[in-house]
Amino acid sequence: MISSAKSVVGKLTLVAVFMFGFGYLLVPLYEVFCDITGLRFTQDANEELVAQEIIEDTTRLVTVEFDASLNQSMPWEVKPAVTRMQVHPGRVYTTNYIAKNKTQSAMVGQAVPSITPFVANKHLVKTECFCFENQPIEAGQQVEMPLSFMVNPKLPKDVKVVTLSYTFFDITQSAEINNFDSNESVLAFN
Amino acid sequence: MSTVATDDHHDDHQESPYSIKRWVFTTNHKDIGTLYLWFSFIMFLIGGVMALIIRTELFEPGMQFVDPQFFNSMTTMHAIIMVFGVVMPAFTGLANWLIPMMIGATDMALPRMNNWSFWILPFAFAMMMSTLFMDGGGPAGGWTLYPPLILQTGDAFPFVILAIHFMGLSSIMGAINVIATVLNMRAPGMTLMKMPLFVWTWLITAYLLIAVMPVLAGGVTMLLTDKYFLTSFFNAAGGGDPVLFQHIFWFFGHPEVYILILPSFGVISSIIPTFARKPLFGYASMVYATGSIAFLSFIVWAHHMFTVGMPLAGELFFMFATMLIAVPTGVKVFNWVATMWRGAMTFETPMLFALGFIIMFTIGGFSGLMLALAPVDFQYHDTYFVVAHFHYVLVPGSVFAIIAAVYYWLPKWCGNMYNEGLGKLHFWLSTIFVNLTFFPMHFVGLAGMPRRIPDYALQFSDYNMMATVGAFGFGFAQLIFLYVVIQAIRSGNKATSQVWENAEGLEWTLASPAPYHSFTTPPVVK
Repeated sequence: MISSAKSVVGKLTLVAVFMFGFGYLLVPLYEVFCDITGLRFTQDANEELVAQEIIEDTTRLVTVEFDASLNQSMPWEVKPAVTRMQVHPGRVYTTNYIAKNKTQSAMVGQAVPSITPFVANKHLVKTECFCFENQPIEAGQQVEMPLSFMVNPKLPKDVKVVTLSYTFFDITQSAEINNFDSNESVLAFN
Repeated sequence: MSTVATDDHHDDHQESPYSIKRWVFTTNHKDIGTLYLWFSFIMFLIGGVMALIIRTELFEPGMQFVDPQFFNSMTTMHAIIMVFGVVMPAFTGLANWLIPMMIGATDMALPRMNNWSFWILPFAFAMMMSTLFMDGGGPAGGWTLYPPLILQTGDAFPFVILAIHFMGLSSIMGAINVIATVLNMRAPGMTLMKMPLFVWTWLITAYLLIAVMPVLAGGVTMLLTDKYFLTSFFNAAGGGDPVLFQHIFWFFGHPEVYILILPSFGVISSIIPTFARKPLFGYASMVYATGSIAFLSFIVWAHHMFTVGMPLAGELFFMFATMLIAVPTGVKVFNWVATMWRGAMTFETPMLFALGFIIMFTIGGFSGLMLALAPVDFQYHDTYFVVAHFHYVLVPGSVFAIIAAVYYWLPKWCGNMYNEGLGKLHFWLSTIFVNLTFFPMHFVGLAGMPRRIPDYALQFSDYNMMATVGAFGFGFAQLIFLYVVIQAIRSGNKATSQVWENAEGLEWTLASPAPYHSFTTPPVVK
């Protein structure tokens, strides 16, 4: 009886340890889930679409709206150069975002995109985007950040308006720490 | 305390029943059960005082007594204490006292681990409550600990996380002990399908605990590394997603709410047949219903987060899966009603609390069904309607079941009957005030009063005033309970070993009070 109690305890402890790991396993599972459902913008979907041959659809116009917001009262000023564009699916367009660092010290920002409606996540292709890398800005400076994008003609017909919204995060602290660790200097720019 | 004197009696704890060492080193299931139950009652008073601070502030619109930060840390601490410090330890205490007696064992399978799993708790909660005195105050982001808000907690943050780790560790060890006891220590002839339902529901609860407490531990560890070690599990700037935390939390959180209610189903299934003087209707269906509820609890978690932005298919799946839970729960409620049908019912205090449980838990179940409707949840989400719902299933649900269990088995534990008149008074006051507290919350919730806010719009004043009066009434009514229990232990009339005329189960074959070691020779179960 005692030894069988021990084996029960052993098995149950293993289950508990496994479930602790399972909590962490939920992180990649969630990524996969988001990829499949298109809940979030992901880089893989982007690359896949760029590789395909795409024919411009001049018969259709889609409105793309641009928006920017700052996380946790970050002391920057960020706005899109234009707030809306009429675009033909299949053609690459370029626009700018303008960001100004209103503080007295250099800061590093990171833009995180969000697209609505969800279904457009798979169909809004960014060929060049400031959101792919960190954005270091010197004290008081203003920069223009380019964005090249294309609406995939596969975008469902009922979607007339796509909103692309960027939230800027202050990552100055973690960028400095990463900078310390590697030679790749995120803060150095001209 | 003289060390010499106690060392002489080192091996026999019964010789020195009042020494502190007996309680610190005890490995006896009854002692540990008693410790759990008293710990739970003390935490019930502390968590209750926090609830009264919340209700005092909400007595009138406007800011009166506490500042908003402290108000928020009261709602957070009240929830954590009531969930992890009251309901869970009370059920573990009942499991310790009752499971060995019900299955014909001497003691729990792992007595030393049993001691350890209890004694972790006072330290965990001392640490948790000490955070109220730290820089930046206690945790104030709600018991759900959602980032990024919870990451703004001051010095308290790592202490809260560590305290949650300890609470999880304690309940995992308790659960392992229950499973090992039930699987290995049953008396000859006590097959699984002959076990009392309280043992069955606890066995299933224990599996749920082992499955989900580690997930919570993982989730809060990610919060900790996000704050101090620059990981980005939930930090959008680093590629993480705060919504991911909600998924992890509710993957734990939904089974957790069944951990808080399944043992109550077992208690009610023991009490109703005794006072209806009929065997339980549909024993096997009760077991399968409990199993189904436990299984379904793993696939419904996102109904807590209908408003975060989910694909339509997700909303529909979680909505229908949630409504499916009404089926096994309905089986249980109808079985209890069928047990009472044409029974020779009497209404002693445990039966009153059990009947109150069935009616008021069902009210909470119905408001749960309303919340499960994804389209309308967009209005109910984060309002007082949600507060009304989960308080109906937890207070007149779990807490009433725990109180019913104490009245029902107390004569077996201490050998004396409690005062029936005071018990009934306790029931009626509790029932009236619990409804006065929580029923108006349905109305203010539907009208749009948000939860976790220290101030509110004027049109909600009357209902909030009623709720505050009810809360104070309910709180003070519990002092009657304390008095009744102490009076029964000290000076109640002697109880017979059968205690209740028609009670069935091995625990009633033992003397009252139950001997220190339950069944030294295994009983024979027909």
